[in-house]
Amino acid sequence: MSDTYDISELDPDVPTGPLALPLDTWHRARGGRMVDFAGYWMPVQFEGIIAEHLWTRESAGFFDVSHMGQLYVSGEGAEAALEAVLPIDLSTLPIGGVRYSLLLNDEGGILDDLMVSRWGQGFYLVVNGATKWDDIATLRERLPDAITLNHLEDSALFALQGPKAFEALEPLVTGEYPLSALTFMRGGQFKMGGVDAWISRSGYTGEDGFEISVPAENAAELADLICAQPLVKPIGLGARDSLRLEAGLPLYGHDMTDTVDPVSADLLFGINKRRRSEGGFPGADVILPLIASGAETRRVGLAIEGRMAAREGAKVLSGDVEVGTITSGGFSPSLERPIAMAYVAVAHAAPGTQLTIDVRGRKLAASVVPMPFVPHRYHRKGAA
Amino acid sequence: MTRYFTKDHEWIAVEGSEATVGITDYAQSQLGDITFVEVPGEGSEVSMGDSASVVDSVKAASDVYAPVSGKVTVSNAALEDQPELVNTDPEGDGWLWKMTLSDPAELDGLMDEASYQAFIAEL
Repeated sequence: MSDTYDISELDPDVPTGPLALPLDTWHRARGGRMVDFAGYWMPVQFEGIIAEHLWTRESAGFFDVSHMGQLYVSGEGAEAALEAVLPIDLSTLPIGGVRYSLLLNDEGGILDDLMVSRWGQGFYLVVNGATKWDDIATLRERLPDAITLNHLEDSALFALQGPKAFEALEPLVTGEYPLSALTFMRGGQFKMGGVDAWISRSGYTGEDGFEISVPAENAAELADLICAQPLVKPIGLGARDSLRLEAGLPLYGHDMTDTVDPVSADLLFGINKRRRSEGGFPGADVILPLIASGAETRRVGLAIEGRMAAREGAKVLSGDVEVGTITSGGFSPSLERPIAMAYVAVAHAAPGTQLTIDVRGRKLAASVVPMPFVPHRYHRKGAA
Repeated sequence: MTRYFTKDHEWIAVEGSEATVGITDYAQSQLGDITFVEVPGEGSEVSMGDSASVVDSVKAASDVYAPVSGKVTVSNAALEDQPELVNTDPEGDGWLWKMTLSDPAELDGLMDEASYQAFIAEL
């Protein structure tokens, strides 16, 4: 837990190079190829994106996501205050529950997507790295002064993802209850290597897995502990992106922006049912009518013929008419073909619709397909 | 046979007026896993510096420029099914195309192996 966030510490005009995260040395020692991402040095790959991607799909991949913002909202009335800021229904979120939500502007645009967990005395939020400083400013501005917003800058964040993530992590943790008590989107406090760790069964790959918040000062030893398991290999940002794309999970800044509404983005599950009927969140005046009337465009999945990938910015055509734009795309290592997400006019959004993509003058055939491209394998409550 | 290199990380192996073109080991290591290679059509004319081929990796699509001008005689058909040859053997079986040079004097502006190694050491 760190000190109360103070807005005076923020000065976006001060120019800085990429910053080092707690595992910087650790990544470099393991051959991570470091790139500037969201203002931090991050590993884009270790042994290679395809190998890392496939390892995560069949075993367990270790991801350092310490660039993401970890926030803690607490104080008398925090629940009501957070509901005034996010379209989330906290009345149905138990202690240890994790829920996806959206930070919206007054025009209904998406400022960020985030995860909200209920802890005993407050709420733990995980926001995107590239947007965290803006998010903190937005939240501080919108939350009453009596509500405390902490930026947990002294915490590192890991993800362990894949069908063998449980098998790899289970022997390393102790707690009031076993790790197996966690089902998808549930979290709890555990000890790992003698250190406090908040662990939730969640992630960004479509696989079963965990997200693990630990003290930054213990990050390297705990990363060693996890990666000493033969089932686990460190995975870079490159495979993180291809994994989330196959899982149909949108990436902020690409597949959603502050000019895109949640209806077009097909992210209505981020606006809980009670909030859809009651409103009372930023952008509700725009979004609620849009839910009733439907949006003009929709985020869809595209399966592309051939081997050439279509990437962000490529135009989507129906015949010769432009009907949309790709927001992220690439080669799917699991499916061994190019896939993409695009925003297309709703008339062309139905699965099976045949479209054409213009990649630098080359015309690629594509069809609209349901997402995820690769089935999710979450460990849901009640499932075997 | 003499091998030359460009600042854009192509290599060209020349024998008389015939040459074979590919990307360097350094280039493939930077691109990462290559998933698709678009080679130029056989019989097409290329000019020095033109984009003649596209190498698609998991990360990005990259142009491959013609190191010199000439006419493409053969494209590497093996890359259609095995684009990864460019990763595993970039300066051998992972060649992209063969060509006939139209102006061998253009080779004078390229680097030899030693110069290229010194060039990438600075990157």
